[in-house]
Amino acid sequence: MGKTLLKIENLNATIEGKSILKGINLEIKEGEVHAIMGPNGSGKSTLASVLAGREIFEVTDGHVEFMGKDLLSMAPEERSREGVFLAFQYPIEIPGVSITNFMKAAVSQHREHKGLEPLSPSEFLKLMKEKKELVEIEAKLANRAVNEGFSGGEKKKNEVFQMAMLEPKLAILDETDSGLDIDALRIVANGVNKLKNSENATLVITHYQRLLDYIVPDVVHVLYDGKIVKTGGKELALELEEKGYDWIKKEVQV
Amino acid sequence: MSTLDDNKILEEYSEKEYEAGFVTEIESDVFPIGLDEDVVRAISLKKNEPEFMLEFRLNAFRRWKTMIEPEWAHLKYQKPKFQDISYYSAPKNMPKYNSLDEVDPELLATFKKLGVPLDEQKVLAGVAVDVVMDSVSVHTTFKKNLEEKGIIFCSISEAIQEHPELVKKYLASVVPAGDNFYAALNSAVFTDGSFAYIPKGVRCPMELSTYFRINQANTGQFERTLIVADEGSYVSYLEGCTAPSRDENQLHAAVVEIVAMKDAEVKYSTVQNWYPGDKKGKGGVYNFVTKRGICKGDNSKISWTQVETGSAVTWKYPSTILKGDNSVGEFYSVAVTNNFQQADTGTKMIHIGSNTKSTIISKGISLGESNNSYRGLVKINPKANNARNYSQCDSLLIGSKCGAHTFPYIESENPSAVVEHEATTSKVSEDQIFYCNQRGLDTEDAISLIVNGFAKEVLNQLPMEFAVEAQKLLSLTLEGSVG
Ligand SMILES: Nc1ncnc2c1ncn2[C@@H]1O[C@H](COP(=O)(O)OP(=O)(O)OP(=O)(O)O)[C@@H](O)[C@H]1O
Ligand SMILES: [Mg+2]
Repeated sequence: MGKTLLKIENLNATIEGKSILKGINLEIKEGEVHAIMGPNGSGKSTLASVLAGREIFEVTDGHVEFMGKDLLSMAPEERSREGVFLAFQYPIEIPGVSITNFMKAAVSQHREHKGLEPLSPSEFLKLMKEKKELVEIEAKLANRAVNEGFSGGEKKKNEVFQMAMLEPKLAILDETDSGLDIDALRIVANGVNKLKNSENATLVITHYQRLLDYIVPDVVHVLYDGKIVKTGGKELALELEEKGYDWIKKEVQV
Repeated sequence: MSTLDDNKILEEYSEKEYEAGFVTEIESDVFPIGLDEDVVRAISLKKNEPEFMLEFRLNAFRRWKTMIEPEWAHLKYQKPKFQDISYYSAPKNMPKYNSLDEVDPELLATFKKLGVPLDEQKVLAGVAVDVVMDSVSVHTTFKKNLEEKGIIFCSISEAIQEHPELVKKYLASVVPAGDNFYAALNSAVFTDGSFAYIPKGVRCPMELSTYFRINQANTGQFERTLIVADEGSYVSYLEGCTAPSRDENQLHAAVVEIVAMKDAEVKYSTVQNWYPGDKKGKGGVYNFVTKRGICKGDNSKISWTQVETGSAVTWKYPSTILKGDNSVGEFYSVAVTNNFQQADTGTKMIHIGSNTKSTIISKGISLGESNNSYRGLVKINPKANNARNYSQCDSLLIGSKCGAHTFPYIESENPSAVVEHEATTSKVSEDQIFYCNQRGLDTEDAISLIVNGFAKEVLNQLPMEFAVEAQKLLSLTLEGSVG
């Protein structure tokens, strides 16, 4: 396997003094797909937010290295430009700002960071078209304001479209499958798969084995009460689907 | 959205201070400070005005002396000391130039710093620019071209000399000399401004634009603008302003009058960027403006679009009197206040004719410790059958120390009227900013994007090149608002 992309060591985080992440250790290499599963409230979204740099969470201990750099010392926008992408569990509406303008601003920041010339308007529109086709989103959607009045499924597709536009090194998908109909699930998963290569990695947060039939993980982790309590291959997801989380909770208590 | 060049706009981010904060050294001919009848006479004499103008001014001055400054606006400020202002300042020996090469290079350098596109490009783009430097018009382009169509576009002083019959007929026909405190003062002492007349059936082939700039320390600026659109004509007029920084508060009390005859349409767009004062609230321009249009004939239309980002204190209510049947009034406004800026702005739509329609879209954005108020009056007179009004007033707050206030007044005296008013107040949320951050935008860019999105309905009303300028101004105003 490839080089280490992300290395999380003993990550602890709190919100308003309440401890949420309690010593996370996780290593993701280039070319890998990791899945994180776990009961509601176990800290999955918190982990994603902390990696993306959400300031309301306070990191109280631990270290995160991303492509050899100290991730936690970077501002959220730097992390994005360095290649960390978070598909939000609950995407945010930005009224009046078209997806086209939003992405234009984002892409130009990313290119500048890489020392690349800005795209001309026609190159940019070509890129938009290409990526829209890749993730099979309706062309019209891009003319609408970011997430404004979008259905739940449309919001999720829009996240994957943005991911395609920014071509991250590490994509964190926080329940991108929830709220999708069967066809949309397949389309979104296909999109994610098409974006996968030997130099990037995907961290999929999900409650359902179903998604993992499409996006096949190399490693599955179970997050419970702020800790990764079990790690296994893709069969672990099947086992969880069948048995639920009680047996794991019991194992932890022992 | 249009294909505005967002990148270019974002590029300009780095400079935090007010960019136009410099003073041009051009010889000026300045009156001593103070105001009395003799000063009014001297202004009129200096400008070699006909008798009717002197009388008009003296009459206005006498009215002004009996009036008191209005107190009802949602504003707090140190009242200007009217006797400490010099009421006349004209650049000396101003010849009229045929080409830019002949213009004082320092003046050109000033315009360059301001980004006033008074260069060949702008000229090629087809914009006739009548620049008001302090109070006297110094440059007019494309005038010939306009003359061929019978369009008159010149300084108001020139109009008083060359077209006294038009000035006499229309001046103060929409804003009477005694209309309000500031309008009366303006009527008494205005030194220049612009005049446009579009003859019957003529569609003005280009945007008419004037760039105002306050330049002389302690010189109050009293612009007077008069636009007359004769039957079936159309004109789009752009007004853009900027001023250098000063310690003393500067007073600006302009009057703009628009007359739209039968089937005529006037679109009046403003981007206002006067010095708002420093971060502590010191200095800045006081902007007390009276803008009013009358849809005099049937089927006429007046549309006001304004982007207000400047001034320490703004008091401004572009209004439309809908006299002709089926006439239409529109008001689109974005007002941004930052630091200690105060804006009290809005509109009045006075429905007199039948089937008259008005639309008000007001977007207020407050940051820092600023206060932003919308004040609007929709008045439906008894004879205005089937009048319609739709008003929408949205406020966006950035931070927790600023304020947004909405004062809608509706006076309907005709039961067939339909008046709708909607108002919303929202905050730029942490979630929105984080979402943008996560896509690679820093917080300042994020706010700018969110604000531009919020103001989109209004920005879309502006002519293209003005919209770019407006976006740039919005972004500049938001700078330093973070953290
Ligand atoms: N902004 C917040 N304020 C207070 N508590 C929070 C906040 N965000 C998360 N928490 C708490 O942190 C814990 C973990 O939440 P998190 O959203 O990470 O769970 P999750 O594993 O993603 O759950 P789900 O499967 O329901 O999405 C929960 O107890 C939650 O209530
Ligand atoms: Mg979650």
